[in-house]
Amino acid sequence: MAVLVIADHDNASLKDNTHKTVTAALALSGDVDVLVAGQGCKAVADAAAKIAGVRKVLLAESDALGQGLAEAVASVIVGLMGNYDAVLTPATSQGKNFSPRVAAKLDVAQISEIVEVVDGSTFVRPIYAGNALETVQSSDAKKVITVRPTAFKAAAEGGSASVETIGAGDGAPKTKFIDQQLVKSARPELTGAKIVVSGGRAMGSAEEFQRVIEPLADKLGAAVGASRAAVDAGYAPNDYQVGQTGKVVAPELYVAVGISGAIQHLAGMKDSKVIVAINKDGDAPIFQVADFGLVADYKSAIPELMDALTAAGK
Amino acid sequence: MKVLVPVKRVIDYNVKARVKADQSGVDLANVKMSMNPFCEIAVEEAVRQKEKGAATEVVAVSIGPAQAQETLRTALAMGADRALLIQTDADLEPLAVAKLLKAVIDEEAPGVVIMGKQAIDGDNNATGQMLAALLDWPQATFASEVVLNGSDAKVTREVDGGLQTIDVALPAIITADLRLNEPRYASLPNIMKAKKKPLDVKDAASLGVDVAPRLKVVKVTEPPKRSGGIKVETAADLVSNLKTAGVL
Repeated sequence: MAVLVIADHDNASLKDNTHKTVTAALALSGDVDVLVAGQGCKAVADAAAKIAGVRKVLLAESDALGQGLAEAVASVIVGLMGNYDAVLTPATSQGKNFSPRVAAKLDVAQISEIVEVVDGSTFVRPIYAGNALETVQSSDAKKVITVRPTAFKAAAEGGSASVETIGAGDGAPKTKFIDQQLVKSARPELTGAKIVVSGGRAMGSAEEFQRVIEPLADKLGAAVGASRAAVDAGYAPNDYQVGQTGKVVAPELYVAVGISGAIQHLAGMKDSKVIVAINKDGDAPIFQVADFGLVADYKSAIPELMDALTAAGK
Repeated sequence: MKVLVPVKRVIDYNVKARVKADQSGVDLANVKMSMNPFCEIAVEEAVRQKEKGAATEVVAVSIGPAQAQETLRTALAMGADRALLIQTDADLEPLAVAKLLKAVIDEEAPGVVIMGKQAIDGDNNATGQMLAALLDWPQATFASEVVLNGSDAKVTREVDGGLQTIDVALPAIITADLRLNEPRYASLPNIMKAKKKPLDVKDAASLGVDVAPRLKVVKVTEPPKRSGGIKVETAADLVSNLKTAGVL
């Protein structure tokens, strides 16, 4: 059985989601190749070649691939699937975009966002916003799978695979890329951060969110997250959203400030190693999943926490 | 331009799903069912496009049991012009749904399809992309803004770390993300009016599509529960506990 992993990258650097997806792939087969599809991304391919356990790296480059257009990426993958029994893609917004297109072109099911590999055809995936886990067995000859990266450990460095340049596929003739507005931030990326500080609707305004949550995050070297309620209210940008409809995170430490703990938020962070909840409502559902709960108004608790962190040498 | 909006009947957004004791699935008996929230956003977008004059007709289609007629009536009450139920009691996978929708589209020939990015039951996030692949149409997923220009659509998409804007030639598949709009509540007069709007029912088998499942559900289980933690009294207590836990 040979398995293809689709690398997650931004044309400049390889993302850790790739290493985690390689781990899932290695649970299926020892023959794991990585596809780097992009533009001007030779350095990404070289980085992928250093992941332990990778047999070969395939590099496909074109403008449409560099823009991540689904039609273009899917066409490269479909062209390669004669050589592979399974393709695994990190379940990022990019991966979720093209992977089902690959599945339909191959006339197979997609097995979405797996969190466990049981055997070569059996996988576990969350359904109903993480309120249930479904174990499914695939009868398709080729498996098209997206992988929830936070459920797998990153594969180690130390490989020395070869990099082979391949054709760039059919492009995306009916789609034109216009532009991309990415939020520039010195903070770690939300899905890969070791610590995440999230704010909820209790913040009351975007100014308050920035005044309270961001300094605490910076003190901890943390990424900033938000509940859907805070995002919907306009207190935080959309890509901060942690939850079933936003990002799924599993950091070492998750600090929820003024978040009540709606089911949809819990689905996005309940696999964090240590959860801290700060909320003035002692009955808030967030305390049922929190390892450490502080029942207090964030307005007094966060300044005290900042002081306590300073006292502790942070 | 005709807009086709597929909608799905799912467990209500505010109801917590409970796993059946025999691990065969999630218990949907006597549970409140509603239109999938992302489908509501898609219906709202289609109706707004019509109100803006960018679309001429909004057709809602659902694939599901007889009760999905209620979901279609909701879409009609929101402003869809007519509805079509492809009736089946089978629990269909996204690929099968996409194939049935393709058969509908071959007949209806819409200028654009606007649909939810994901259903909150299966959480697959796949049907729209699959449908685009089967039709060989371009796709614009996770839309937060849609401008229809007759022969093409300019769509702003929510991507990791920000927004991407693309222009897709029509016909195309657009899938709706959360911030595309806030769906309206149907008014009572509109609910009454919706009862008189046309709603056709077709047997799914009549479309001649292979909908056999590709995945066998081995079991459905509860996720592991987190054990309850402790309450701390002060911020200083919190910091010392976090140090002990080794996460600071």
